[in-house]
Amino acid sequence: MAMTDNITGYTDFSVIEGRGAGFYTLLAALAAIIAAGLWAAHTMETEGHHVTGMTNQIVWGIPHVFAVFLIVTASGALNVASLSSVMGQKIYAPYARLSALLAIALLLGGLAIITLDLGRPDRLMVALTHFNMTSVFAWNVFFYSGFVALGALYLWTLMERRMNPLTKPVGALLLIWRLTLTTATGLIFGVLVAREAYDAAIMAPMFIAMSLSFGTAAYIVASLAALDCTGRPLDDAVVNGLRRMLAIFVTVVLYFVIVFHAVKLYGGGLQGFERFLLEEGGAITTLFWIGQIAAGSLLPLALLTWKRTAPSRVWLAAAAGLVLAGGLAQVYVIIIGGQAYPLRIFPGREVIESTFYDGVVAQYHPSLVEFLLAFGGVALSLLIVVLGMKVLQFLPRTRVAD
Amino acid sequence: MAGAHKSLADRSRRRFLAKAGVAAAGLAAGMRFIDFPHANAASDPVTGARRWGMLIDADKCARGCNACVTACNDEHGIQGQGRPETDAQWIRKVTLRDNATGRETSLPLMCQHCEHPPCVDVCPTGASFRRADGIVLVDKHSCIGCRYCMLACPYKARSFVHEELTDQKPWSPRGKGTVESCNLCVHRIDEGSGRIPACAEACAREGHKAILFGDMNNPTSTLAKELADDDSQELRADLGLNTGIRYEDL
Repeated sequence: MAMTDNITGYTDFSVIEGRGAGFYTLLAALAAIIAAGLWAAHTMETEGHHVTGMTNQIVWGIPHVFAVFLIVTASGALNVASLSSVMGQKIYAPYARLSALLAIALLLGGLAIITLDLGRPDRLMVALTHFNMTSVFAWNVFFYSGFVALGALYLWTLMERRMNPLTKPVGALLLIWRLTLTTATGLIFGVLVAREAYDAAIMAPMFIAMSLSFGTAAYIVASLAALDCTGRPLDDAVVNGLRRMLAIFVTVVLYFVIVFHAVKLYGGGLQGFERFLLEEGGAITTLFWIGQIAAGSLLPLALLTWKRTAPSRVWLAAAAGLVLAGGLAQVYVIIIGGQAYPLRIFPGREVIESTFYDGVVAQYHPSLVEFLLAFGGVALSLLIVVLGMKVLQFLPRTRVAD
Repeated sequence: MAGAHKSLADRSRRRFLAKAGVAAAGLAAGMRFIDFPHANAASDPVTGARRWGMLIDADKCARGCNACVTACNDEHGIQGQGRPETDAQWIRKVTLRDNATGRETSLPLMCQHCEHPPCVDVCPTGASFRRADGIVLVDKHSCIGCRYCMLACPYKARSFVHEELTDQKPWSPRGKGTVESCNLCVHRIDEGSGRIPACAEACAREGHKAILFGDMNNPTSTLAKELADDDSQELRADLGLNTGIRYEDL
């Protein structure tokens, strides 16, 4: 049931029915994945991190790849909310609630992973009460918790009619907040002067572009699943708008990736890292070219713009799925690739002996517990979205005309 | 009558209080002597008047000699689990070949005890910190095990404890799920007995004397004189970290 253009009326919202066997099967599956994730976290905590593939060389692994991916995607999932509430694009208004729900859920999933991966997750209270304000991580404790609080406040202004006048100012604050949050997420890596793969201010805007792209893709998948598949209205104008946005954001990410690597290629003795990433890095190189660039950027761009596939919602979903998979590959390349390439502790000298893997590319073999923890975080995000739609009116049912 | 009785009781109470006061004061004085002997070096405040550091002479460091590493492991109770990728290493031996000249040198590498340590900057809880006397440490009670410091360290000097530990040394707290690195044998320094770090002691015992430990701020110390006389260098000097560990004849 597609809505017509020029929405002038407000929309009627409802909860999802959520009674059938399919619904409960979905809930049970998500709960099972979360339980497996909790078991993995418990195993890591009791046995120690040697049960993971992470080492003293690759100190951040699969959990961090998924956590950063979810957090970056969460920020971009708010695009529809910002378009509706801040930029006055009224056609997106019925879809802003889902945008905020998805954003909060993705962020909480990412935070759950990163917290449970800590060496001492029992000391979470230390992290919440002791702040070293020169640490980007410490800033992010504020940015992430503030994001959830502001997101919830924004939803309140949408759902409670008396709060409606506050939607725009709260939405604007949330827009600024999430851009800052994503900047700080990119700077987790950008400030690391020690490593050739990082140490670049451009990582901040690149992460913002990534968030816009991955978040739009996640919203497309979520809205098609939640609205189209349940026979709720999803306006053609909105779908076309999302398609155009995704194509633009994927292109912008490509632009930043090209500039980032071109500058590193240009700089004096730094070609070593680029040679590793672009040519000699094995799985990292494959993930970069096949995962991030071909499958995650060029193919979806073709699907989004080719006249035969562009009008199709199925191909749109496929393109969005590819962008998400490519995004995951991109974050993997950034986090794992950046650590795998050896530190240049002795410029002008070659390391010929070391007991601590100096001068050699570090190997990483992620273990099952890491994947279970990561999948558990994704399942938590999905469960929050599904339960949210069951208990509160997030989805438009019909359009009520003036 | 009642007033006289009250006055008598008051006097008795005052005498009791006076005696009790004297007894308490005597007891407190006694405890003072028992509990707080005269201050020693360990209870002196750490100040920035000193900056502990090392000068490592790569020319004197013998390739194949591992005495510094063994001594460090013994001193701090570091035992390998047979998993070299996750086993902790506070100090390691590295052999280098100069790309231009082909000259080969050997050297020990550990925490460089930077004046501006990147690990301290990025630590979210402040568990990584630099003491006023220049020693970079990890507070094992507030480290949450996020490993951000390990990503930030330009020298890969830090290790994460990947498994349960037993039989730790009382002077060297270590624990699963936290990050650790060379602490310059801070317990020896704080003893005030003049004992030098285990690695420097072992190197001297082997007759190499490649590791010179001392106070960089004291112009009369051997270390300060050597630093003034010889061309020493910092690793990754381009980062401007002003390391406490310097190398010569690399």
